[in-house]
Amino acid sequence: MSVSLSAHLPAIQVVLPLISAPLCVLFRRNGASWLIALIVSWLSLGISILLLEQVIANGPISYLLGSWAAPWGIEYKVDMLSAFVMLIVTSVGSISMIFAPNSVNSEIPGDRIYLFYTMYLLTFAGLLGITITGDAFNLFVFLEISSLSSYVLISLGAERNALTAAFRYLILGTVGATFYIIGVGLMYQMTGTLNMTDLAMRLPAVAETRTILVALGFVTVGIGLKLGLFPVHVWLPNAYAYAPSVVTAFLAATATKVAVYTLLRIYFTVFGTKIFAALPIDEFLLILSLIAIVSMSAVAIFQNNVKRLLAYSSVAQVGYMIIGISMVSVTGLTATILHLFNHAMIKGALFLVLAAVFFRIKSVKIEHMAGLGKVMPYSMAAFVLAGFSLIGVPLTVGFVSKWYLILGALEKGWWPVAGLVLISSLLAVIYFWKVIEAIYFKTRPQDAAIIHEVPITMLVPMWLLVGANIYFGINTELSVGAASAAAKMLIGGAP
Amino acid sequence: MELPVEIPGLLNYWIVIVLMMAGFYVVISQGNLVKKMVGLSVFQVAVFVLYITMSKIDGGAAPILDDAIKQYSNPLPHVLILTAIVVGVATTALGLALIVRIRDAYGTIEEDEIIELERNDD
Amino acid sequence: MSAENYILWAIAVPLIGSIGILLAGKAPNIRETITLITAVVMFTMVGALIHTVVGGGRPSVTLLEIFPGLDITFTVEPLGMLFGLVASGLWIVNSIYSIGYMRGNNEKNQTRFYFFFAIALASAVGVAFAGNMLTLFICYEVLTLCTFPLVTHSGKPEAMKSGRTYLGILLSTSIGLQLLAIIWTWHATGTLDFKAGGILDGKVSGIAVSILLFLYMYGIGKAALMPIHRWLPAAMVAPTPVSALLHAVAVVKAGVFTVVKVIVYIFGYEFLANSLTTNWLVYVAGFTILAASIVALRQDNLKRRLAYSTISQLSYVIMAAAILAPLSVMGAVLHIAAHAVGKITLFFAAGSIYTAAHKTEVSQLNGIGRKMPWTMGAFAIASFSMIGVPPTAGFLSKWYILMGALEVEHYFAIGVIIISTLLNAGYFMPIIYNAFFKEADDKNYPHADHGEAPLPVVIALTATAIGTVLLFFFSGLPLELAHQVVGK
Repeated sequence: MSVSLSAHLPAIQVVLPLISAPLCVLFRRNGASWLIALIVSWLSLGISILLLEQVIANGPISYLLGSWAAPWGIEYKVDMLSAFVMLIVTSVGSISMIFAPNSVNSEIPGDRIYLFYTMYLLTFAGLLGITITGDAFNLFVFLEISSLSSYVLISLGAERNALTAAFRYLILGTVGATFYIIGVGLMYQMTGTLNMTDLAMRLPAVAETRTILVALGFVTVGIGLKLGLFPVHVWLPNAYAYAPSVVTAFLAATATKVAVYTLLRIYFTVFGTKIFAALPIDEFLLILSLIAIVSMSAVAIFQNNVKRLLAYSSVAQVGYMIIGISMVSVTGLTATILHLFNHAMIKGALFLVLAAVFFRIKSVKIEHMAGLGKVMPYSMAAFVLAGFSLIGVPLTVGFVSKWYLILGALEKGWWPVAGLVLISSLLAVIYFWKVIEAIYFKTRPQDAAIIHEVPITMLVPMWLLVGANIYFGINTELSVGAASAAAKMLIGGAP
Repeated sequence: MELPVEIPGLLNYWIVIVLMMAGFYVVISQGNLVKKMVGLSVFQVAVFVLYITMSKIDGGAAPILDDAIKQYSNPLPHVLILTAIVVGVATTALGLALIVRIRDAYGTIEEDEIIELERNDD
Repeated sequence: MSAENYILWAIAVPLIGSIGILLAGKAPNIRETITLITAVVMFTMVGALIHTVVGGGRPSVTLLEIFPGLDITFTVEPLGMLFGLVASGLWIVNSIYSIGYMRGNNEKNQTRFYFFFAIALASAVGVAFAGNMLTLFICYEVLTLCTFPLVTHSGKPEAMKSGRTYLGILLSTSIGLQLLAIIWTWHATGTLDFKAGGILDGKVSGIAVSILLFLYMYGIGKAALMPIHRWLPAAMVAPTPVSALLHAVAVVKAGVFTVVKVIVYIFGYEFLANSLTTNWLVYVAGFTILAASIVALRQDNLKRRLAYSTISQLSYVIMAAAILAPLSVMGAVLHIAAHAVGKITLFFAAGSIYTAAHKTEVSQLNGIGRKMPWTMGAFAIASFSMIGVPPTAGFLSKWYILMGALEVEHYFAIGVIIISTLLNAGYFMPIIYNAFFKEADDKNYPHADHGEAPLPVVIALTATAIGTVLLFFFSGLPLELAHQVVGK
């Protein structure tokens, strides 16, 4: 790759999916659209890896869009954290695109499939834009690009409930995004800048003012709505349950992660750790997420639809990440960032298996999944392993995140927090085991249709993610290394 | 530009707050999905007003390079809000499109009736 | 081959064997041959380490680093050596027994059975050889998960219900308490290695020591301390070979083994002896011994009676370790081996009776000794070992535990041992007496004309019964290893 091209990688990363989305509409061919989405996803994955390598070798990359100098122009910024999150988004995207064709063809009417890939590319571009931009308002724009297109993706679900789920998400998502720009506006009012680095330098002088504290509150609630923070998570279970299967897998693994990333960025890069002394928002988040990890895991136990069960589990898992943030310590943030990565692998794998199940039996209700262990052995084995990871069984990624989270709690002397995290894991055992028992220890009804294992193009992506669950559970060098480097950077305050 | 009466300095901000709360209240309280969208739009517009207000400087003119203009208002928020308006229009369009589809699927756009129908689905 | 390689092979062989078992699933004879060969090779690998360990060597092999400064390491020390020998040695016998039992009872899903059995053994030896608490925890959890399909083997509703109890208690204690204790230890000391004399001395103090001990003791659910013992009777729904090797040897011994390991190498028993708030463990263990024995008296189902006897015998080990006298710790080590050989014999006998006579209740066993002399003879010898009658292995370990208790003048422990010996006799002797000296009262019973169980079953239970006696006369190796554990 030539030098000039590699210098423009940050821009290409966003522009590539953005311009290929209309291409899909122009072609109006389902197969071609899929191919474009697939190629773009994998190219982006390649770019993410290159960017991560550049960051590791040379430190953060600053890219001035249109060569307008920051803070006047829009700056794209790639540091350890954003490179890592981009890697998560692009790897899940590329893996789910291999998986997509069978599942999408069976769930979405043929005349709309090319639009599905268009919307996927827009969501993808939006999510990458959020992670890469160094400008607070530009982040809002990307947030809305990804949100609007994901509303459409969700509404494509087969049942009519998908429409109302998408509509509710639209209302709450828009309220959230609007809250976010109110916050940004107030910050702009006090500092006259929107560039995050620049904001970080100017904010300390006015940090104690009421305007800035209100801004912090607005931004927190706004992003909280997006990431499914308890108790403003109400849109999430239905959205995940009724969206097309591939969409659920992709969004569950990426969208909430990117929202958590935004929160990290705003808190630690823009405001800095001192803001928590002025407004004890860390304690507020801690209490909410403690309620979330216990209550949402408990609610998950009573779910009958496995997709919805896992959606509630996602709300609980987001709680783990927020607990890490509320510790405001290197170990805590390491746990959060690690769990971003790990949870993407876990939920990506689990939802892909559910997509495979839906592909075969047109349902993801527990009672309909009875006895699948015999007829879909490879998919179900993947489900078991990914589920072990969700529980936090050793040698899986789930264990690694839990280890750091509890270590962080103990460092702080927060015994009850450590206890509640473990209780929540036990609840995870219960809800997960319900599904396992149905799959392996109940027999398929006699009159059920004869089904077979899903095709290899679905098994391979699923097992890639399961493999990642185990590989990164044993060899933690990359994930822990990147996460702790990013955490140190955030806590150190250096942009 | 001379105004017949002097406007109190923070009036715009009060308007923002009133619009914002009114819009938000409509979103929460109305069961009719179209009315919800109306509330959402009002809520978004309030933010537009907030941005525009903060850019205005007393006696400031439009930012045109001209010797006669000594002081001008900050143009950046206007540009930002242009973007936000586009986003707002897209949101409204999408929301209304969804409502059309919901009406096709459920035969109603009243939230409580939809909830009732959804309960029967399960 | 170097000692390091033997360690790796000891764990790798059953894993490789398990794959072979899966591949040979359609051909039962080949499948069972693979199981037997795997067991023999594994035992050879473990046995090859004896020389090094007895000579004072502590071979160690590190696989990979999971967290910075925290590896998956296997280190063989005397205690692990003994447990590894017992588990892998008895697996050979148990495999012979399984062949007779599983075929004799026409069990379904035999490939799954042998597959998970091999993995369970790999993880049991992993527990035995674990070089630090993290490695031990990982193997401990794998052992829990891979024994679940064995417990629920029949797939019947009551098996599922028991399986849930089994998994629920074992997972919730290990994740909820043990993991917390481990991370606390790591946080306080920066290491999880097993070191002679412990690692916690000077790092935690006061009431924290007691809390940490509580987290460990109740976190190790496999040691079945009351009131977290219920999983063990529940696990009795499994086929008898599972109850015999796993729930009398591998799984439960992994529990008490971990207890001894934690007390000796994490806390250090001298450090615990100097901490005033930790002697509650003796009382809890003593209570468990007596309570479980009393419950055992009232069980009519033979396997359940044996299960409660196991609970009581496990607490012997815990109490012996908790007395914190060198001699009693030695007794604890010896009891792990002694009880293993004895209890597996008892379960073999129970399975033998079930296979031949289809009987499961103690009250049905009148006069059965005449039809099944080998089985009931072995049962009698093993019962003597449980009670502690010489010349059986059980006498030896009880002797050391008593000596230790006397040394530190722990009268509660002495009292418990005496009373429980009487109780042991109370629930074993009537079975033996009725089997040999009462008239059979089952003339109308459909299976009344049975003889001995299939040959592999008889061979296996005779072998372990003889082992119980041999262990008394040739106790040099276990004694030497136990000596090395306490460092005296």
